[in-house]
Amino acid sequence: MSSQAWINLAYLTASMLFIVAFKQMSGPRTAVRGNLLGAAGMAIAILAACFEQPVVASIGRHGIWPLLLLGLFAAAGGGIGATMARRWPMTGMPQMVALLNGFGGAASMLVAAAELTSTRAVARFAEGPSQAQAAASLDPWTQFAVAIGLACLIGSVTLTGSLVAFGKLQELPQFKKPWMNPNRHWINLGLAVAAVLLLWGVFSTSQLLFFMLLVVVAATLGATLTLPIGGADMPVVICLLNSYSGLAAAAAGFVIDNSVLVIAGSLVGASGLILTAIMCRAMNRSLTGVLFGGLGTTASVAADDVYEGKIKAAETEELAMVLEQADRVVIVPGYGLAVAQAQHAVRELSDVLEARGTTVEYAIHPVAGRMPGHMNVLLAEADIPYEKLREMDDINPTFPETDVAIVIGANDVVNPSARTDPSSPIAGMPILDVDKAQTVIVVKRSLSPGFAGIPNPLFAADNTLMYFADGKKALIDLTAAIAQA
Amino acid sequence: MTIDVLLHALPLLGATETTGEDPASTFIRLLTVFLLAMWVGFEVITKVPQRLHTPLTSGSNAISGITVVGALVVAGSLTTGFGTLFGLLAVLLAMINVAGGFVVTHRMLEMFNPKKK
Repeated sequence: MSSQAWINLAYLTASMLFIVAFKQMSGPRTAVRGNLLGAAGMAIAILAACFEQPVVASIGRHGIWPLLLLGLFAAAGGGIGATMARRWPMTGMPQMVALLNGFGGAASMLVAAAELTSTRAVARFAEGPSQAQAAASLDPWTQFAVAIGLACLIGSVTLTGSLVAFGKLQELPQFKKPWMNPNRHWINLGLAVAAVLLLWGVFSTSQLLFFMLLVVVAATLGATLTLPIGGADMPVVICLLNSYSGLAAAAAGFVIDNSVLVIAGSLVGASGLILTAIMCRAMNRSLTGVLFGGLGTTASVAADDVYEGKIKAAETEELAMVLEQADRVVIVPGYGLAVAQAQHAVRELSDVLEARGTTVEYAIHPVAGRMPGHMNVLLAEADIPYEKLREMDDINPTFPETDVAIVIGANDVVNPSARTDPSSPIAGMPILDVDKAQTVIVVKRSLSPGFAGIPNPLFAADNTLMYFADGKKALIDLTAAIAQA
Repeated sequence: MTIDVLLHALPLLGATETTGEDPASTFIRLLTVFLLAMWVGFEVITKVPQRLHTPLTSGSNAISGITVVGALVVAGSLTTGFGTLFGLLAVLLAMINVAGGFVVTHRMLEMFNPKKK
């Protein structure tokens, strides 16, 4: 059996391990093993790559140097990545995923760049069959040229798109305001046309100049497309960029004719696309609406009309009394919980309530937070068993039998006007029906609107008590008050 | 003997030696792999529950770092200065992606399964 066959067998093993890894993500217990199998597959693929013919030939020519260089850079990258992953706070998970996505996209683009320069050099200076082969790959419209162009385009868009998403999620001051240039659609269109023309150039000539210009144009496009997108739409952006990073890897696989890249890349591409679709459905919005629309920002209903004279603010003692009498409490966390880092405080509150015999459950909206499943991770960090975290469709029918619903840092996902007001910008979005609970406690710093910029009639409802405070402090005070009773 | 026969079928899935194969067939072979893997992906991933969507995102993120394989091969061949430089940078970035993704996913999943004390 040739050494190439062994290498291919290793790639095949890695591909199978990736599929099993995804398969085992279906339950929290098997998922740990799934992730380890995925890592094992990656290790096998990386080892196999070191035995590829070009690397072996280069070791024959230069001695141990190529391996040393590769080992050094791989170890440095691995070290940086692992350290980052160990220290990063759980509340900042969306940022970290965005950043890693960007690195992956950049790597695929760089692989294409490296292949292009190397192949061009071989075609010009080498002799014999490798020269002929390299020259043939550079012909117009070969698979090589097309894949190089696509890897360059997708990789560059992923890089800058992810960096902008990172900046927004990290709330860097430069990204505080969404970029709302009135001409942005024209700018994007111009950039897209330029990208297509340059892509054509790469396809038909494999010129480095076109490649480099494409990097610049695609990178700008990645930024201008992501800049106008607001915070609550970030779950969609994260999923989409995740998908892109996979597709960029698959394109790189077409460049170097390697099936493990194609398989792993398309698995990730599929995963990102599915999550994107789920997120859009959970907001009742189309993908184009999220990417190009921005929400109808002019609120049709004035906040004063909704809130005037109807807001009931409550004090800690009063709320503690309400909670003490409750048999069933449902907690609805939102992004505000992550911002206030209140996941442990929530846990303590449910501990004292449960000690009194109250049933406590959590209602998780699919787009609560800044990435898919964000709330589940935060609550898991606070050791809240996942059996208590219930999905929207599952928990909605139980709100009428719920004594108290506590909304912490969520707004648009509990806004009843999505159900009742067809003219509302969020009309038709599936929401958590907290307003049907006996009493609703809303923990919020002020009456400021959520991402959609619209007032929330829930705050003015007869059965709602507003608790104006920072989420974490509010929960700690409440817990103390109940514990004393 | 039999294993050799079996392995003759392997190029269908993953040959890197393309000498002798015409470029259009190479493309169609890879496209076949791409579409089938997409299909498998859709089937498998729709079964992942909502509560595991964050680990799914970060785990698949790590797997998208597979581009490190391409980076290693092109950087390790030391063909040209620029090619090697780009390749090594790609190795660095892809390894950050791979290690960061797997480690953070593991950390998250550990939290989903608190150790029995």
